[in-house]
Amino acid sequence: MTKTPVLSVRDLIVEIPTRRGVLRPVDRVSYDIHSGQILGVVGESGAGKSMTGNAVIGLLDRPARITSGEILLSGEPIHQLQGEPLRRLRGKRMGMIFQDPLTSLNPLLTVGEQLTETIQEHLGLSNADARNRAIAALEEVGIPAARQRIDSYPHEFSGGMRQRVVIALALCAEPELIIADEPTTALDVSVQAQIIALLKRLCRERGVAVMLVTHDMGVIAEAADRVAVMYAGRLAELGAVRDVVMSPSHPYTAGLMASTPLASIGQKRLRQIPGSMPRLGALPDGCAFHPRCERATDQCKTGGSPTIASGGGRAACIHPLPAAKSEVTQ
Amino acid sequence: MLAYMIRRVFQSVIVLLVVGLVAFSMFRFVGDPVDNMLGQERTQADIERLREQLGLDENFVVQYWRFLEQAVQGNFGLSYRQGRPVADILVERLPATLELALVSGLIALIGGIALGIFTAIRKRGIAANLIMTGSLIGVSLPTFLIGIVLIYVFSVELGWLPSFGRGEVTDLGWWTTGFLTVSGLKALILPAITLGLYQMTLIMRLVRTEMLEVLRMDYIRFARARGIRQRSIHFRHALKNTLVPVITITGLQLGSIIAFAIITETVFQWPGVGLLFINAVQFVDIPVMAAYLMMISVMFVGINLIVDMLYFAIDPRLRVDRKGGH
Amino acid sequence: MSDISTKPPSRMRSIWDSDLAYSFRRSPVALVSALVVLVLVLCAVFAAFLAPHDPFNPATLNLMNGFTPPNTNNAFTGDYFVLGTDDQGRDVLSTILYGMRISLFVGFAAVLLAMILGVFLGLLAGYAGGWTDTVIMRVADVQLTFPAILVAMLIFGIAKGITPPEYRDQMAIWVLVLAIGLSDWVQFARVVRGATLVEKNKEYVQAAKLIGRSPLAIMIKHILPNVLNPVLVIATISLALAIIAEATLSFLGVGAPPTKPSLGTLIRIGQEFMFSGEWWILFFPAATLLALALSINLLGDWLRDALNPRLR
Repeated sequence: MTKTPVLSVRDLIVEIPTRRGVLRPVDRVSYDIHSGQILGVVGESGAGKSMTGNAVIGLLDRPARITSGEILLSGEPIHQLQGEPLRRLRGKRMGMIFQDPLTSLNPLLTVGEQLTETIQEHLGLSNADARNRAIAALEEVGIPAARQRIDSYPHEFSGGMRQRVVIALALCAEPELIIADEPTTALDVSVQAQIIALLKRLCRERGVAVMLVTHDMGVIAEAADRVAVMYAGRLAELGAVRDVVMSPSHPYTAGLMASTPLASIGQKRLRQIPGSMPRLGALPDGCAFHPRCERATDQCKTGGSPTIASGGGRAACIHPLPAAKSEVTQ
Repeated sequence: MLAYMIRRVFQSVIVLLVVGLVAFSMFRFVGDPVDNMLGQERTQADIERLREQLGLDENFVVQYWRFLEQAVQGNFGLSYRQGRPVADILVERLPATLELALVSGLIALIGGIALGIFTAIRKRGIAANLIMTGSLIGVSLPTFLIGIVLIYVFSVELGWLPSFGRGEVTDLGWWTTGFLTVSGLKALILPAITLGLYQMTLIMRLVRTEMLEVLRMDYIRFARARGIRQRSIHFRHALKNTLVPVITITGLQLGSIIAFAIITETVFQWPGVGLLFINAVQFVDIPVMAAYLMMISVMFVGINLIVDMLYFAIDPRLRVDRKGGH
Repeated sequence: MSDISTKPPSRMRSIWDSDLAYSFRRSPVALVSALVVLVLVLCAVFAAFLAPHDPFNPATLNLMNGFTPPNTNNAFTGDYFVLGTDDQGRDVLSTILYGMRISLFVGFAAVLLAMILGVFLGLLAGYAGGWTDTVIMRVADVQLTFPAILVAMLIFGIAKGITPPEYRDQMAIWVLVLAIGLSDWVQFARVVRGATLVEKNKEYVQAAKLIGRSPLAIMIKHILPNVLNPVLVIATISLALAIIAEATLSFLGVGAPPTKPSLGTLIRIGQEFMFSGEWWILFFPAATLLALALSINLLGDWLRDALNPRLR
């Protein structure tokens, strides 16, 4: 892994000033994604996973903003870009896929209009060339009879097909990086697997780096190469998907695994993590997870929150689980 | 779609019947029509004859039916005040009001949409905030005060424009127009602005709200994430979606211009149907009031139907299935 | 940062209140408008004590005082008038104070009527459903097709036709209240009906039904409190609209009569003197009307934003 990663996030902090103080939905998050690799970002809603994705592509909603850290796209810093330079980057070098294919397509423009618009914006092709390329893009994501369907409106497609169109839109200008924000959550279970398979195929064939944001451990286990577990805006654990799934190091990851029905791991009963994630305005001192953690000691309750670097391993934890034995196999 | 249109037409007919009932009740129950129509020197025989002529001895439903029959033919009887057929008076006065409403409607529509887009996409700009504050004053400022202020500035102080009347009009036989003479056009300016300004602020605020709503939608975020230019996002992606809901309400707004013309016509002594109506209210000239009501309803209902059809033209989702807005 | 979660959720009510109060303190526009409204309402209520003259008592009027410009002594009588006098020698300031009283009274009474009618019909339509609902909402739809001011004019015209001529001036104020109130109930009814439909199926309402509460008691005790916020917002905005509507009707000569002039009537009178240079007869009533309508509108706008932050 001596190559420059496609995406490199370093100590990223996103802050939202509110009337009751400054909130940090993303707190000192660092990770890399390499070409042809899928990084799964997992966590409960509100853990800061979507916010991280939005920060990367520069779509943070006011008043949220990046206050510290850096984001490198193939080695170039992009976290300070704004306006025109940022716009030229979006779509061309990084694409984004949203959760709900019903709402992410403009209902009043045909699929072809939306595709050619994007293609012409970034690749400067003629109308005819752009249209051919749009048809090719639709074919690539598996839309049957693309030549006929290109002039259809979004509402004339089914949910799964629409998500394919969304993927085609995100990929049509051949970006290096795709941020997929819960791409399967709004879909039927039967369609979910198809979309994941499509994402995996495109990632491998084109060497795109994919940041796959989801709350679904199953999707991660199925698709990702590496996984980043987030909790309360902080990175809890980061590692190869096999290691993290089979032997979690952070007690939160272990809890998350134990509460997820995974066919591949023959567990008997689902367990739940007691309590719920604290709100950002009311984070406890020390490790944010300690009130819900069985392994917590006094050490976890005071001082700064542990980071992966200070934990010395995969997990941002003072008392990580031993590598050999994991909670799920108990 | 056809079924939907038929249902809408059916609803419109019901509305017209209800309004007709109101108009008929005014005739029948507000004051004694016989009293109103005959002068002081009347004989019992006159009264009897007129009662029979008017069919006042028949039962309510028959009378209502007869009223509708007459109304459809444009026959609303004689004005109590002028003693002439109401229909003639209305037809004579209608061009003035329609020309005024047309020009104000255009001002309101073009100005309102342009300013609405501007204030939505420059949400935090100083100019946009000034316009928004100005529009709130515009909404609070009663139409007649706007008219008075304009008259004061442009007629009394500057002496540029006339303060009343229609100026010179050209008679085209079936229509009198003020568009063809300089004095007619000059006379039109102040009333048209007065009438259009209020509607313009409403349309502007509506467009702004809708546009801001649309700009928050996922497909706008997605367009941003694809690096589409701001211009294209605002005018290609957002505007079309904004206009779908705006059209309905705006259509109704434009309809109400004809009604609001009553105020403007009074301020500027504009010889249209609005001025006629307000005089009718002052003198309780029931036939004129009823005829005006019926005429306005037909216009409103017509505008409503046209707006509904525009809806189909602009939103492809409605052409296939009828799911309504988003 | 950490004090947010310490408040128990059962104090929702007090948090809501403090949020509203907070937003009020933070908004200079709301503060100023509230102050203006308060001052104007107090002036109107105590018009009889504040007015330097009694403009409607023929005994104290002196035609010689006619057309006195503001802040000068009359050339013939030497009497002083802050805001000048009109053609009949009536003190403009006093007519404004009394006129505002009529404007505000009609405004408040009309909104109250519209609110009572609208809330009642809305509750009834939502709660009873079926035919009751259909009839009420159809009437609302038809009425909504027409601008409120037109409806008000029609009601005014009809009422005028029904009242005997000798009572017309006396009744004019009440006819105005009726006309504006009846033209404005639909908004209330729609919102209340919508909320009622939502609340009606909630468990606590079902529970209240089970223990044998009467429908009326359920509506008043359980459903009504839930619709107060939107009703309050609509009422505030309606108040501004009602005051403008009254002024408009009076200005058009189908409202308050010259013997009992409201602000609109005063403007109608003043308009005649615009061309001859006696600007104050028109200007001061118009400015008062504008201040009143604008500050109530701003207050309503702020209230809507404060109670419904999503719309901002």
